[in-house]
Amino acid sequence: MAPSSLDVVLKGSSGRNTRGLLRVIILCTIAAAAVSSRLFSVIRFESIIHEFDPWFNFRATKYLVENGFYSFWDWFDDRTWHPLGRVTGGTLYPGLMVTSGVIYHILRLLTIPVDIRNICVLLAPGFSGLTALAMYLLTSEMSDSPSAGLLAAAFMGITPGYISRSVAGSYDNEAIAIFLLVFTFYLWIKAVKNGSIMWGALTALFYGYMVSAWGGYVFITNLIPLHVFVLLCMGRYSTRVYISYTTWYALGTLGSMQIPFVGFLPIRNSDHMSALGVFGLIQLVAFAEFIRGYLPGKQFQKLLTSMVLLTFGLGFGGLVLLSVSGVIAPWSGRFYSLWDTGYAKIHIPIIASVSEHQPTAWPAFFFDLNFLIWLFPAGVFMCFQKLKDEHVFVVIYSVLASYFAGVMVRLMLTLTPIVCVAAALALSCILDNFLVASTPSTETKAKATTEDKSLRSARNPVVGIYSWFSKSVVVASVTLYLLMFVAHCTWVTSNAYSSPSVVLASKLPDGSQFIIDDYREAYYWLRQNTPDNAKIMSWWDYGYQIGGMADRPTLVDNNTWNNTHIATVGKAMSSREEVSYPILRQHDVDYVLVVFGGLLGYSGDDLNKFLWMVRIAEGIWPDEVKERDFFTARGEYRVDEEATPAMKNSLMYKMSYHNYQSLFPPGQAMDRVRGTKLPKESPQLNTLEEAFTSENWIVRLYKVKDLDNLGRDHSNAVAFDKGLKRKRATKRKGPRVLRTE
Amino acid sequence: MAPKRHAASTTSAAPSTPTPAPPTPKLSSGPATLKTNASAAEIAGHVWQQYASTTPQRTLLLDAFMAFLVLVGGLQFVYCVLAGNYPFNAFLSGFSAAVGQFVLTASLRMQTSDSGTGSGSKPSSKGKNAHFADESEEQGTGTSHERAFADYIFGSLILHFFCVNFIN
Repeated sequence: MAPSSLDVVLKGSSGRNTRGLLRVIILCTIAAAAVSSRLFSVIRFESIIHEFDPWFNFRATKYLVENGFYSFWDWFDDRTWHPLGRVTGGTLYPGLMVTSGVIYHILRLLTIPVDIRNICVLLAPGFSGLTALAMYLLTSEMSDSPSAGLLAAAFMGITPGYISRSVAGSYDNEAIAIFLLVFTFYLWIKAVKNGSIMWGALTALFYGYMVSAWGGYVFITNLIPLHVFVLLCMGRYSTRVYISYTTWYALGTLGSMQIPFVGFLPIRNSDHMSALGVFGLIQLVAFAEFIRGYLPGKQFQKLLTSMVLLTFGLGFGGLVLLSVSGVIAPWSGRFYSLWDTGYAKIHIPIIASVSEHQPTAWPAFFFDLNFLIWLFPAGVFMCFQKLKDEHVFVVIYSVLASYFAGVMVRLMLTLTPIVCVAAALALSCILDNFLVASTPSTETKAKATTEDKSLRSARNPVVGIYSWFSKSVVVASVTLYLLMFVAHCTWVTSNAYSSPSVVLASKLPDGSQFIIDDYREAYYWLRQNTPDNAKIMSWWDYGYQIGGMADRPTLVDNNTWNNTHIATVGKAMSSREEVSYPILRQHDVDYVLVVFGGLLGYSGDDLNKFLWMVRIAEGIWPDEVKERDFFTARGEYRVDEEATPAMKNSLMYKMSYHNYQSLFPPGQAMDRVRGTKLPKESPQLNTLEEAFTSENWIVRLYKVKDLDNLGRDHSNAVAFDKGLKRKRATKRKGPRVLRTE
Repeated sequence: MAPKRHAASTTSAAPSTPTPAPPTPKLSSGPATLKTNASAAEIAGHVWQQYASTTPQRTLLLDAFMAFLVLVGGLQFVYCVLAGNYPFNAFLSGFSAAVGQFVLTASLRMQTSDSGTGSGSKPSSKGKNAHFADESEEQGTGTSHERAFADYIFGSLILHFFCVNFIN
C-alpha cells in the first residue's frame, strides 16, 4: 500500500520528521475513511438508531441526560417488564451512556447544541476512528516495520467484521467496547514490555472502562492471565511480568467491582477465577525467584517442589470445596454454550433463540474478513518465528478468538482485531521485502558466497529478491488484493450492514428504492392513540423498540432477565384464546403487537419465531404447551389448511392472519414468507379486536377487549354480534346448559 | 473465599520469610521432613542470613512495610472468617487495599533493588533468560528510582480512590 512505498522512497533522503508527518497524515486519513465508510446508513436512510438493543441504550441515554447521573445510577424502571419492573441502573453496563452523556455535556459547554440522538448515532463511527489509531499503536508494538501498524489500522478501519457492529446508528455497547479492547491490549503489551507500574495502572483503568461498557470484558479477564500463565510455563518469568500483571489485577479487579452490575462477580464467579489463580501463582513464582537468589540450585529444587505441592493442594482443595458448597457461582450459561454448542439448545432456549448466538457459518469468515483470513495464519506463523512476550500474546489471542468466533457469530467481533494485526504483520513483511527498489547489494551477495564455502550459511542464508519480474508480480498482486479488499468492504458495508432494520428498504421493479416504514408507523400510532400507561404485549424482540419509539410500558424486552415472564408471554401467544385471555387480563395488557411479514415476504416475522415462543413456554409449562402439537403428523411446520389444531387455534396464528384473507380474491390468500396458500376463511378472534394494521401489514396491533357488559363470554358475544338469528339458538342453548349445571 | 485464602497464604508467605525467621521452616517443613529435616531448617537459616546481610537499608524498610500490610490483610481476613463478612464491601475494599498496596510495594521493591544493588536474584533469573537469546532487554528495564517511585504513587492513588469509592 501507499504508506510503505512512501516510506521506502523517503528512506535515507528525507529525515524522520517527514516520515512522522506522513504517518500522522495517513493515520488521520485512515480514521476519516473509517468514519465515513460507516455513514452509508445515515445517507441512505436518515440519522436513526438501529435495531433493538440500541433503542434501549438510546432511551437510557436520554434518561441520563435529562435526570442526571445519580438518578440514572439508581434508576428503577417501572415501564418495562410490566408488573415487575427492572432495576435498570444496576443491571446495565453504563459505559456507553455515560460516554455519550459526557460528550453531550462537553459539546453543550462549548456552546455547540447537538441533539443527543445525533451523538448517539455518530458515536460508533467516531470511536471506530479511534479504534484504527489504537490498532496502529498495538501493531507497532509487535513489529519493527513501520508499515505494519499503518496497514493494521487501515484493515481495522474498514473490515466488515468490525463495521457490522459499528455503523452509524448502531448505538450498542460494542461501539466503544472494541476500541477499549484494542487499547487495553495495547497498554497491556506496553506494560509487559516496560514493566512499569504506570502502564499497568493505565491498563487497569482502561480495563475498568471496558468493564463498564461491555460484558465481553470477560475475554480480557481471561486472556491476560492466560498470557501470563503461558509466559510462566515457558520459563519467562521476569519482574516486568510480575509488576504489570499484579498491578493490573489489583487495580483492575477493584475497578471492575465499581460497576453495580458486576459487583462481587470478580470474586464469586468462576469466569474470573483464572485471573485470581494466576495472581496467586505469580506471587508464588516471584517468591520462589526471590529465594532462588540466595540458594544454590539443588536445595532450591527441593524447597520449590514442596512449596508448589503444598500450595497447589491447598488452593485446589479450597476451590473445589467452595464450588461444591456454592460460595463461588458456577459458570454462567452463556459460558457453557461456548464449550458445548449444543448446550444452549437443550437447556436454555432463550439463549439459543438469539440468532447472533448461533455457530458461525464458514463463509461468514470470508464475508467479514475477506483476504485477511488467509493472511492470518501467515501472520501468526511469523509471530512464532520471533516469539517475544508480545508475540506470545498474539498467538494465544488468535487461537482463543478463532475458536470463539467459530462458536458464536457475534464473537467474530473479538477475532477481527487480531486478524488485522496478524494480517498486517504478514503483509508488511511481504511488502518490505518486495518493494525494495534496489537489488540486494553485491556485498551481501559476496558475503553469502563466502559463507557458503564455510558451510555455515545453510543455517542463515542471505535472502533477497533479484529479478524485477518477481517483484512486480508480487507487488501487483498484493495491490490487486488490497484493492479488491477495499471494494469488498465497501460493498458489504453498503449492502449488508447498513440497514437500520427499523426502516426497511426494497427495490421496485424499475430499480428505484422503496422504503418500508411500518414499524415506526405503528409505534407512532401507539404513541398518539393510546393512553400513556397502556401496556403493550409483544414478543421480547420488540420490547426495546416499543419502549424507545412508542414510549409505552411493555411486558418483556430484550433484556431477558426473567425467563418465566417471557415464557408467560410465549404461553399467551401459543395457547388458545380461552387460555390466553385470562393471562392477558392478569397482566393488564391493553394491546398486543404482532409482526407479520406474510404480505410483503418479510421473513423475520413472529410466525417464523413462533417455535421459539413455544419452546420457551414449554420449558416452564411442559404440560400445557407442547412443541409437538405445532407440527403436523409428518413433522412439518405448516400454516395452511393442514396446520394442526393447536397451530390454528393459537393466538399468534389468529392474530397474524386475522382478516388477511379479505385482501385476496376468495380462496387465493397467499402467505409470501412461507410460500403457502391459506385457508379460505380467516380465523375468528373473539377476545381481541384489531386496532391498527400498518401499511404493509408488517405490524398488527390488537386491543384486548374488556369483559363483556352482559357477563357473556367473548365467543358468545361475538357470535351474537355477527348474525342474530342462528346464533340466538346457540345462545339459548348456552344459558340452559348453565342452568342445568 | 478459597482463592482469596490462596492468595493470602501466598502473600503472607512472601515477606514473612524475610522478616521473621520462624515461619519459613514451618512452610517448607511439611514435605521436607520426608527427606531430611535438618536440611530444610538449614536452608531457611541460610536464606535468612544471606538476606539480612545483603539487603540494603531502604529495601529493608520496604520489606517491613510489606510485612505490615500482610499483617493487616491477614487480620482482616481472620476477622472475616471468624466474625462474618457482613459489610462485605467494606471488608473487600479493606482487604484488597492491603493486597493491592502489597503488590505495588513489591513491584517498587523489584524495580528499585534490581537496578540498584542486584541482591542476588538478578544473576539467577538472567541465567534462566539466557535460554532465549532473542530477549533483547534483560532484567533491568532502565527505570530510574524516581520514575519507579512516581509510578508507585500513581498506582497507589488509583488503588485508594477505588477502595474509598467501594467502601460504601
